[in-house]
Amino acid sequence: MLYFSKLRIFLISLVSLFFIIVASSNLFRFDNNLLDKKINLGLDLQGGSYLLLEIDNSPVVEQKLQNLTVTIRTYFKEKNIKLSNLKLLDKTLSFSVDNQFKQLILDEFTDENSSINPYYPTFKTHQLDIEEVNNVFNVNFSRQGIINLKTSSQDQALEIVRRRIDEIGTNEPNILKRGNDRILVELPGLDDPMRVKTLLGKTANLTFRFVTNTNEDSFGTEKLKYEESDEEANVSKRIILSGDNLLDAQPRMNSETNETVVSFTLDRVGAKRFGKATSKGIGKQLAIVLDGKIISAPVIRDTIASGSGQISGGFTFQSATDLALLLRSGALPAPLNIIEERTVGPDLGKDSIRAGIIALIIGFILVIVFILMKYKIFGIITNLTLIINLFLLVGILTIFEATLTLPGIAGIILTVGMAVDANVLIFERIKEELRNEKNNLIAFDSGYTKSRTAILDANITTLLAAIILFFMGSGPIKGFSLTLGVGIFTTLFSVYFIARLLTVLYVSKNKDKEGLIK
Amino acid sequence: MIAFNKYYNKFNILSISLVIVSLFLLTFKGLNFGIDFKGGTLIELRSTDSKINISSLRDNLNQMNLGDVSVKNFGNENDFLIKFENNENKNIIEEIKKHLEKSFSNNFDFRRVENVGPKVSAELLKSGIIAISVALALMLIYIWIRFEWQFSLGAILALFHDVIVTLGLFSLLGLEINLSIIAAVLTIVGYSMNDTVVIFDRVRENLRKYSDIKIYELTNISINETLSRTLITSITTLLALLSIFFFGGEILKGFSLAMVFGVVFGTYSSIYIANTVLVRLKVSQKTVLKDDKD
Repeated sequence: MLYFSKLRIFLISLVSLFFIIVASSNLFRFDNNLLDKKINLGLDLQGGSYLLLEIDNSPVVEQKLQNLTVTIRTYFKEKNIKLSNLKLLDKTLSFSVDNQFKQLILDEFTDENSSINPYYPTFKTHQLDIEEVNNVFNVNFSRQGIINLKTSSQDQALEIVRRRIDEIGTNEPNILKRGNDRILVELPGLDDPMRVKTLLGKTANLTFRFVTNTNEDSFGTEKLKYEESDEEANVSKRIILSGDNLLDAQPRMNSETNETVVSFTLDRVGAKRFGKATSKGIGKQLAIVLDGKIISAPVIRDTIASGSGQISGGFTFQSATDLALLLRSGALPAPLNIIEERTVGPDLGKDSIRAGIIALIIGFILVIVFILMKYKIFGIITNLTLIINLFLLVGILTIFEATLTLPGIAGIILTVGMAVDANVLIFERIKEELRNEKNNLIAFDSGYTKSRTAILDANITTLLAAIILFFMGSGPIKGFSLTLGVGIFTTLFSVYFIARLLTVLYVSKNKDKEGLIK
Repeated sequence: MIAFNKYYNKFNILSISLVIVSLFLLTFKGLNFGIDFKGGTLIELRSTDSKINISSLRDNLNQMNLGDVSVKNFGNENDFLIKFENNENKNIIEEIKKHLEKSFSNNFDFRRVENVGPKVSAELLKSGIIAISVALALMLIYIWIRFEWQFSLGAILALFHDVIVTLGLFSLLGLEINLSIIAAVLTIVGYSMNDTVVIFDRVRENLRKYSDIKIYELTNISINETLSRTLITSITTLLALLSIFFFGGEILKGFSLAMVFGVVFGTYSSIYIANTVLVRLKVSQKTVLKDDKD
């Protein structure tokens, strides 16, 4: 127990020195990537915004079922089966057929290689559930169907969110999936998330549709409000063009009207359709609809065959820029709701760092002074160990480029307070042993041996708590569990290697001294 | 040697009363949940204008129909904490800013904004309760593997005592329960367990060492033998925590306070609950010898 080989002493010194250098490197800047590792500051310390977005999938489900009605109708039409009363009601698709076709319909839907009801070969369950009640078939998404739908809309939404945030140009955003219908966005350094929130809150579903005065449109019509006023217009449901056909959109100044507009360029298909619609519809009003509201509804004066055009709608330069950005990055598959937001201003972050460091220094000094008074020489050893322990802890966090949060700093301070426990357990045990044992070396040796289980127990219990917190906690709390958990390992290392080494060196020089530890 | 065992009965009665009072408080007064668990909006505001004070802020915000708005000082007299319940309006923060600008122009700054929706707060509460339950269960399993069942029961009762009384004190003082308090409670669970295990280790060692001393005496010897360690560790931990409490900023106040309570209760319970359970269950040399034969 009390013997250290030269190699071990060398290795221990090397490890300690390494971590002291790594920990100190946080204070300097290196050009070399390998050396330039730093602890990341959490959003609560550097300031920034944390947004949790939830995808509202109900319109997607509705839309997909709507599309399915067409698919199903065509599919069975080709098989010469007539479906009657095919309709979508309360998010359930229903239809009925002649008695003779009933079994055939069920077979079509439950066949393992069904083309109308896929997924079975991959997921061992179908995309759609079908049931028959009183001669009426009800079709709905199965659980797997819903899961696939959610995952794919999450993938799309993530991509669009990323594009929009990249366009704004915030530094090092963090955009992650959470569950199957949520997206987490972390924006360091952003203290006013208003613009981001507005941009993410818009689905940006753009359509061009004719304004009609009659209700007799084969596609149906709907009344839509204008963005800027409470006026309404009757708009056809037939979509001439959608945002998918846009290649580019930019804010511009219209030199004739002196108005800010958004100019757009269409892809080939879009340009063709736009040309056709504008040539047929001269004199009609074309409504430009964004997320169910009419931005403007200009009268078509001429055929537009160039595949480019302008949207005007009383924009400021800012709102034109934002609209252009939204149109460029594409429409979200479904609306996003911000269900959690946490924003910390950079000032508060700086204040928190300062307060955390002051608390750390004062806590450290208090503990050091107390231990020094209590244990004298061995207090110096404990304190030296404590300092190296701190370097080890910061060093490990640096190597892994871990994220330090305010509760994380609290975890470091708490580690300082609790780390002395192991040394105290050992020293108190040695004191007890010295009462019956005159030989210093033997007393120290058995002191270390006999206190070992208690030390392990003590640290395992704290480690268990830290592990649970790490997996259950979020954001700042995770930072706390991280420093607390890593602190346990560095404490054990520093107590069993560094403190013991120093103790051994001192005791073997003062073997015969009485009252070595008091 | 201090005769801790003379007060076993008295402190048991005290602990039982404390737990009952705490449970009573938790049932009838309840906990003051922060927005993490209740949902709602929190704004930390710093002013550079003496016109801004609690009542002028409250008057201003009351004009906006936000429902129940609470305005408090936060740390010093220029900092305020504004809280209100969930609001359907997505742009509420911006609107509040504009509204306040009318009265106070630009003489304030939103230092922190937190907005937790009802769904998220319900999930956070659920995962907090799960985290504490899992922690207690893991400690139970750990102590059950390490010690005989009598010891396990003692340690777990001590643990429940600490968690319940700490939460009871939070209820009594109306202190806010937020995510960091969950972290504090979990750390308390670890700390309390740690303290108990160190004494139990010694009790078991002494049971093997002295064959003729009764558990009533034996626990007292063990408590005394480990007392200086118990005190030194509690003191250094408390020094660290008090330093966080006084210098670590307002945000960590609740966390460090909960930990201070927890460390005090944890130290107390490992002496006066964990050990008295051993005495009441008449743990003897046989209890540990039987284990050795297995």
